[in-house]
Amino acid sequence: MSNTVLSLIVLLPLAGAALIGLTGFLNERFRHQEKLIGLIATSAVAIPFFIILAAFLQFTSGHGEHHDAIRFSIIPWIETAGIKINFSYHLDQLSLLMGMIVTGIGSLIHIYSIAYMHHDKGFYKFFLYLNLFIFAMLNLILGDNMAVLFLGWEGVGVCSYLLIGFWYEDMEKAKAAQKAFVANRIGDFAMIGAMFMIFGQVHSLNFADINASAGSLGDNAFWITLLLFIAATGKSAQIPLYVWLPDAMAGPTPVSALIHAATMVTSGIYLIARMHPVFNVPAAEPVLIVIAVVAAATAILAALIAIAQNDIKKVLAYSTVSQLGFMFMALGAGAYTTAIFHVMTHAFFKACLFLGSGSVIHAMHHYFDETHEHKDPQDIRFMGGLKKYMPATGMTFWISTLAIAGIPGLSGFFSKDEILANTFFSGFDHGSIYFIVWLVGTITACLTAFYMTRLTYLTFFGEARYKTDKHHPHESSPLMTIPLWILGILAVVGGYLGLPAGVFGHNAHILNHTWFHGLINNRDLEHTMHEHIALEYGLLVLAIAIAVGVVYFAYNFYAKNGLEGDEKVKKVFGSMYKWMENKFYVDEFYEKTILKPFVWAGDNIVVWFDKNIIDGVINGSASATAAVGDVIRRMQTGYVAHYALIISIGVVIIIGYLILG
Amino acid sequence: MEPNAFMYLTVAAVMFAIGVVGVLTRRNGIVVFMCVELMLNAVNLSLITFSKMHSVAAAAGGAAANVNPAAGSMMVFFVMCVAAAEAVVGLAIVISIFRNKLHIDINDVNIFKW
Repeated sequence: MSNTVLSLIVLLPLAGAALIGLTGFLNERFRHQEKLIGLIATSAVAIPFFIILAAFLQFTSGHGEHHDAIRFSIIPWIETAGIKINFSYHLDQLSLLMGMIVTGIGSLIHIYSIAYMHHDKGFYKFFLYLNLFIFAMLNLILGDNMAVLFLGWEGVGVCSYLLIGFWYEDMEKAKAAQKAFVANRIGDFAMIGAMFMIFGQVHSLNFADINASAGSLGDNAFWITLLLFIAATGKSAQIPLYVWLPDAMAGPTPVSALIHAATMVTSGIYLIARMHPVFNVPAAEPVLIVIAVVAAATAILAALIAIAQNDIKKVLAYSTVSQLGFMFMALGAGAYTTAIFHVMTHAFFKACLFLGSGSVIHAMHHYFDETHEHKDPQDIRFMGGLKKYMPATGMTFWISTLAIAGIPGLSGFFSKDEILANTFFSGFDHGSIYFIVWLVGTITACLTAFYMTRLTYLTFFGEARYKTDKHHPHESSPLMTIPLWILGILAVVGGYLGLPAGVFGHNAHILNHTWFHGLINNRDLEHTMHEHIALEYGLLVLAIAIAVGVVYFAYNFYAKNGLEGDEKVKKVFGSMYKWMENKFYVDEFYEKTILKPFVWAGDNIVVWFDKNIIDGVINGSASATAAVGDVIRRMQTGYVAHYALIISIGVVIIIGYLILG
Repeated sequence: MEPNAFMYLTVAAVMFAIGVVGVLTRRNGIVVFMCVELMLNAVNLSLITFSKMHSVAAAAGGAAANVNPAAGSMMVFFVMCVAAAEAVVGLAIVISIFRNKLHIDINDVNIFKW
């Protein structure tokens, strides 16, 4: 395909954003043309999807042997003697896969949003931001150098900020947006540090150059990888920077599905997978352990919190944090392709879950409007039995729940099992800490199955906890349910790209052994797995037992107890439940230990510095100028003769110099 | 004794010196003006002298053959024009000072001092 066509992948979303933004800004009537806006915005994402799909087909057929990346570039950016950075992009296996996820799910969510954002006064702005987000995200995943990736990295941060604070008239939501932005900035700082270090060592920001010279980085690899991981904790919501993601649910639900579940939050995983040769350097081995430990801690912490939440989106948000933890566990075990595999399956079922929750919220909102009740449409305590009124939403939500819980045959099962197997087998050769990570991961998997079943049951099954005599909630329009079905189906079949290699044979894992072959080199665990093949079967059986057992138990538990079930869960966890309910007081902890000292320092030290040092320098230079002026202005006597004398003396000196000198 | 270039230049230098001293020492605006004119004319005299010198030298085929002998004379016309313009403006200033103060002592006109 020609450079021009390929450039459209990146340029069309930008053009869509510009068109919608400028026209909407200048023309009030355009703002209400919801169908037109929706059409423009959706095609600005769908066309790139089809181009990427065509590139994918070309890649798999024509390039079959070589697996050379398809490259295209738009314009040069920085060109000096020491550095050359262009807006150039590459479509290799990793970028193609991520690109298809982003534009594919992006298109579905655009379609969904047309119905979801119906009659919102910021309708055109919403689609402007969405298109802009897709543009930034494509820069992030397609850019062939770190500078373009960083532009995208910052761009998605800005769009995330704009969309979380989309209903900015609500102070809470504006604050949530700010929190997300600040937490992301901390990670970005580490990212810049990593870029400087890499440029200092490699003298290039191209991924190809960096990865090729990863071996020569030596001990620097430790710091570079650590900084990259810190950058990833910001964007991908890991301890300690995960706190922004649950608050980010203040944004419209399609945004939560697109940005805060399927795409943006996985960019940290993409970054590490893209630069994995640096992580494979021996000096970076401790960092991998750090990643695995932090990821396991994040996963279980978020899962524990999710059990005790009643807001449908909050549960999903903590679930996302927890699942991102799983992905980082895979990275920590050096199984980069596995992490990407989970990124993909998670994108399917979590986007489906979020869109499903959006459909529920939409329905409950209308229902409460009709009955004139002032209840929170996101609180699952006011729901129940919705399956009867919203069959499509209920069905897809249930499928995705089973997928995330790891029911065999569905996508989540394959990717999660692979992650746990990889962490487990890393324990043999790479430090027994991986066994602990595996144990924590397995417990988290139990918790996941439990809280997701609880969420689905309390929302869709059992008795309706609202009056249904006059009004009842309605199923959403096909614009919303069709994307749900597509994502639901993907959540079922997505896992078959990666059948467990140990059980089904080497080639069954299409993703690892065919697709990523030669591009991404996982830490080699295969011989360990073969040595302990019985253990691999054991793990598989354990995973199946956990998923089926816990889902079965949780379903019956809530079927029997209904909302009272939470009381029993409370008894089981004892005093810890209060901590879970209050999100382990992490926000309060940050408030006390970081925010307060900062505000105090701002009020005292910075103000003092400003008043005395900054103002002192400025006022001082002003009075110094005045003092000097006071002295030298005495020269201006006002007598013409004095001036004439000075001129004459000057002339004499100059002419004397010319003649004698 | 045949007048030569040295004599003319001496007269010009003396005239110029008188003019300078006049400008620096006199307080009467008109006199200062006249001294400025004196300086200008001293310069004119030296220009004419040099012009003549060069034309003689050029006729003899000397080293200054590439100097245009008319250049000095042309400069004089410029100086005269500028001097005329300067006189117009200067006298106007002097007259307006006189109208305000009923004298033209330039040492009394020092409102631009610090």
